[in-house]
Amino acid sequence: MNKNLFNKVWDNHTVGQLSSGQTQLFIGLHLIHEVTSPQAFAMLRERNLKVLHPERTFATVDHIVPTLSQARPFKDLLAEEMMSAIEKNCKDFGITLMDLNDKRQGVVHIVGPEQGLTQPGMTIACGDSHTSTHGAFGTISFGIGTSQVAYVLATQTLAMSRPKVRKVEVNGALGRGVFAKDVTLHIIRKLGVQGGVGYAYEYAGDTFARMTMEERMTVCNMSIEGGARCGYINPDQTTVQYLEGRPFVPRGRDFATAAEWWLSQASDQNAHYDDVVKFDATTIAPTVTWGITPGQAIGIDEVIPTLDSYPSDERTVVAEALAYMDLKEQQPLEGLKIDVAFIGSCTNGRISDLREAASIVNGHRVAPGVKALVVPGSQLVRQQAEQEGLDEIFKAAGFEWREAGCSMCLAMNPDKLQGREICASSSNRNFKGRQGSPTGRTLLMSPAMVAAAAIKGHATDVRNMLT
Amino acid sequence: MSAEVIQVVGSGVPLLLDDIDTDRIIPARFLRCVTFDGIGQYAFEDDRQQDPSHPFNQPEYKNGKVLIAGRNFGCGSSREHAPQSLMRWGIAAIVAESFAEIFFGNCTSLGVPAVAAKRADLEKLNAAVKADPTAEVVVDLKAMTASIGDVKATIEMPASARESLTTGQWDFLAQLLSNVPAIEATADRLPYVKSFAG
Ligand code: SF4
Repeated sequence: MNKNLFNKVWDNHTVGQLSSGQTQLFIGLHLIHEVTSPQAFAMLRERNLKVLHPERTFATVDHIVPTLSQARPFKDLLAEEMMSAIEKNCKDFGITLMDLNDKRQGVVHIVGPEQGLTQPGMTIACGDSHTSTHGAFGTISFGIGTSQVAYVLATQTLAMSRPKVRKVEVNGALGRGVFAKDVTLHIIRKLGVQGGVGYAYEYAGDTFARMTMEERMTVCNMSIEGGARCGYINPDQTTVQYLEGRPFVPRGRDFATAAEWWLSQASDQNAHYDDVVKFDATTIAPTVTWGITPGQAIGIDEVIPTLDSYPSDERTVVAEALAYMDLKEQQPLEGLKIDVAFIGSCTNGRISDLREAASIVNGHRVAPGVKALVVPGSQLVRQQAEQEGLDEIFKAAGFEWREAGCSMCLAMNPDKLQGREICASSSNRNFKGRQGSPTGRTLLMSPAMVAAAAIKGHATDVRNMLT
Repeated sequence: MSAEVIQVVGSGVPLLLDDIDTDRIIPARFLRCVTFDGIGQYAFEDDRQQDPSHPFNQPEYKNGKVLIAGRNFGCGSSREHAPQSLMRWGIAAIVAESFAEIFFGNCTSLGVPAVAAKRADLEKLNAAVKADPTAEVVVDLKAMTASIGDVKATIEMPASARESLTTGQWDFLAQLLSNVPAIEATADRLPYVKSFAG
């Protein structure tokens, strides 16, 4: 046997070949949210179609929800209209909706795993590019557009071309103060933001094998920033243990059967890959982006590279990034003043992220002039954090403690940068204007690094703050 | 069945830049909508505000149908709002060095060909559009060329997308729906759907 997980799962879900040569692929789990679904339901209504398997689609609300007060109706009438639309659509088509008065509500990619909806060996689609997150469980999970959301609703399938599979092998122990986020930023920095186009990434090696499920999710989450539409990690005992007892996971004897099947989906020992790349985890430093693409990143102990050090065909974008960020070649990021610190998002809004940030924050104060906020990824994460007293640590330090949502990861809700503000952010994209101000600036980093920056008032090496 | 897309003919818009992400094509605040109607006017809104010389601000490119772009065009978010806004702006084909995959798929499902060309050829096409904004660009999915006057470039596109566009089957819904029995048979084979499903 020499099959990798990707090809096992793909073959299991193949309905047939289409005349275009693409595969019609069965989608085991479909997740929807308020932003990319309304037009899909409109398409169904226009064509008089029903949802083929309403029990295989789950909905939640995250992108537009305010995180200060979630009282309805929302002040933003457009947001309110979108909320009403998803409520009506889910009701009319018989789909489970975890909305604001449901304790399970949160960022869609946090909710799926938390509820045990995400299980190894599945195909998962969602109208959101960070669907790659679910690959942490050994699934094929990818983001789709709204027309495709309609296809999945109506047929539970998609027309897809099989990508190649690249094994991204990372071995070695991570240093103190170095996290899953740094590993993923490092991979993107090295392979480039379009290095993964045409590939699914299998993250393999002992570094990932040692990671918790939450850390694995952070890694798979940012596959899309590296150009790969999906990334996955083979299921193992860590995966099985994480899933046991979650609401949508089978129980008792069925659990044992399920676990056995899940593990059987992992890549075979001698599995074939179209490409293999290797990294040494011991060399990875806390990594921070300085530019306007997630690949424009350096270790916090480095300086921004010179223009000349880039291949000539990349220099235009690098120059554009330097100008937009108002940074210079060979400038260090250590010491760069920040205005906002954001901890949250589907990349780093889980309980372990909040624990790591809180351990840095504990006993310190947010630097004067810095607006700092913590936005839990789901209501359950928020509840758990409160039980552990993390909210008190954050509030005592001067952080705002918010309700669950996407918040400042993107600019569709009231949480936005103003003007030229610089934000130390635990999210996933540093594109121009991403955080709500068309001229706002983002430095991506781990939650612990964001916490450290909030306290110092500037980007800094969290390793110097570890006790 | 959707319309066959074999040729797109119209004037060009020269935007030969790399790594243009979907947040730039359509900033997130314009995603607060329940239909795609009206989204066209916001294409590149923030870039246009910050750069008066942005081609989408220039009257001579206002009626452009063929967008010339660089590498990794449409990276980032899966928002179909991005190609929807370009399409509703009037763009009917995109010729770029490369595309992000989700964006590419979204274009195809809207019947907008997203075709790849070599950098050197894109530079020639871009220059030709700038030299004469009224000149017609012809994107031909049979000949697999993009041309303006004497400037002619070879274009590439995955066979499946080309097939769907040129045969008018880019709206996959009807095709997918016609296989419901096979869909159900596949579901029945999956252990998580049946045997150990909660
Ligand atoms: S947290 Fe950010 S990346 Fe994740 S789903 Fe929300 S907006 Fe998208």
